[in-house]
Amino acid sequence: MTQASALRAAAVLERKRIRKERFAQLRRNPAFILGALLLGMWLIAALFGNFLTRFEPGGVDVLNVNKRPSDEFWFGTDNIGRDVYSRVVAGTRPIIFMAFSATAIGTLFGTTLGLLTGYMKGRFDVIVMRILDAISALPVIVIALLALAALEGQSEVITVLIIGFVFTPIIARTVRAAVLYEAELDYVAAAKLRTEKMPHILFVEILPNVLPPIIVEFTIRLGYAVFAIATLSFLGVGVELGSPNWGSQVAENYSGIFGNLWWATVFPAGAIATLAIGINLIADSIMEAFEI
Amino acid sequence: MKRLGALGSVLRQLGQAVVVVIGSTLFLSLLLRLLPVGLAEIYAGGFDEASRAARLKELRLDKDPVTFYLLWLRDFVAGDFGPIVSPGGGTTPVADKVGSALPISLQLMFYVQVVALVVSVPLGIYTAYRSGKRSDKAISYGLFTASSIPNFVFGLLLAVFFGVTLAWLPPLGYVSPGENLVEHFRTMILPVASLAIPLIATYTRLLRADVIATLREDYVTMAVSKGLSNKRILFSHVLRPSSVTLFTSFALNMGALMGGTLVIEQLFTIPGLGSEIGIAIFSRQFFALQSYVAILAVGFVLFNTLADIAVGFVDPRTRERRRA
Repeated sequence: MTQASALRAAAVLERKRIRKERFAQLRRNPAFILGALLLGMWLIAALFGNFLTRFEPGGVDVLNVNKRPSDEFWFGTDNIGRDVYSRVVAGTRPIIFMAFSATAIGTLFGTTLGLLTGYMKGRFDVIVMRILDAISALPVIVIALLALAALEGQSEVITVLIIGFVFTPIIARTVRAAVLYEAELDYVAAAKLRTEKMPHILFVEILPNVLPPIIVEFTIRLGYAVFAIATLSFLGVGVELGSPNWGSQVAENYSGIFGNLWWATVFPAGAIATLAIGINLIADSIMEAFEI
Repeated sequence: MKRLGALGSVLRQLGQAVVVVIGSTLFLSLLLRLLPVGLAEIYAGGFDEASRAARLKELRLDKDPVTFYLLWLRDFVAGDFGPIVSPGGGTTPVADKVGSALPISLQLMFYVQVVALVVSVPLGIYTAYRSGKRSDKAISYGLFTASSIPNFVFGLLLAVFFGVTLAWLPPLGYVSPGENLVEHFRTMILPVASLAIPLIATYTRLLRADVIATLREDYVTMAVSKGLSNKRILFSHVLRPSSVTLFTSFALNMGALMGGTLVIEQLFTIPGLGSEIGIAIFSRQFFALQSYVAILAVGFVLFNTLADIAVGFVDPRTRERRRA
């Protein structure tokens, strides 16, 4: 038993060393730094938004409708006189919170299913994978749109649950592939010989070794979650009507661009773009560091 | 299974495709029946007792969800996509709408894939040959950044800039090719561009990695030492194996492209299937919705299966591996 725990301690040390090297490599990557800056900026806006807004985000000012960007209204005002800058800042919290929760739900269920199917194989694996295939037979946006329409959903909670649900098979597949390889290795056979219980083998022995692909998958999915939430709110589903969501802001002010009132649309659109770019840069550089 | 060889694997893949289509449409059908409001309320809410029963029977809402699904499936396979039922009253066949909308969507997707391939093949080869140089990095990162942006945002920024600020192109609308060919292409440029960017990024990246790997192969070194021209090596030794990767990616990206088309059609008001789905969702035409989505699922699964089968034929190694 002592020998086993010594071996495990050595394995933990080795993992720590590899992790340190990877972080060092990440910190040297300009793409990662840029991505972290962009995401960091929006995280600050999400956390401290209340102190950063200049006007009440929902405040209507009929005397200042469709004003160009100026010293007073940094990003201008929209068609009912709301301050675009304050609405963009206020729109950060919902999209970031929703994207993180949806991805976390998908990762949690996807990882569990991937561990189970990859380890147990056989008929269980075949059946679960076919069900997951059926779920992911449709584009993410289509499923989410349908489910939200069917559930009459203007609610953020339903949106988060649906996106998490749609992500589950995708993440499960990635984890399963990694587990299939790991399950053949000696340490899993050793754990079986020690008559460890299956949850122990899955979550204590195998899980730490398949963390890198899970982390990569999490960051990639986070980018897609932002993508999906912005698109859904642009299409008018998935968020409460009138709330300061970036996608809804774009949709509400879209017709203005034909009168060259570009600012009420372009600033929230730019916010979506920079957040998506930031997360994708991070995902890409993590992928490079983990050599996947 | 082994004895059956290529035909066996084709049959198996088709079988899987059927299972996936049935699974996803059943999932959707059950979802619709689980509506909190209830379909009966939506479609027969204001009816009196007698006509309400007749209406429910007509819409098959008196059946249990599984029978309801099986009857729908039978009609769908026979090519009857059911009626478009508005909550208020009247019905029109979904097949009519599909007949006019689907070709427009397919045409849009066709343009997008053609443009994406035409742009990304030279870009992929160029960046592979210049790998690590400044021009490679500029192109690779530029494409990556552009493809990270959700396509409706990208389309919108294009519409603002080229459609309104510069006023070079119509910012929205659709003109059929029969009506005015020049205007048709002018209206298609912005939607096609906003949908093609992520595909160009994916294809260029794949092709670049592929070409770099192929250039290191022994048979390329051999060809160089035989004194073959660069062009000859590029086309007959490097591009041929890469075409498999490209083709697979082409088919696999159809799903994302369908999702994107749905949004972009609504943004640019193109009367394709995406706009029809949007209308169906907002006017609660749930019966039509089920058939629209089934058509999408069939298309998507079909493309994936074709990709699998084609790759199996071009490169027999994958067939072996898949079986293992």
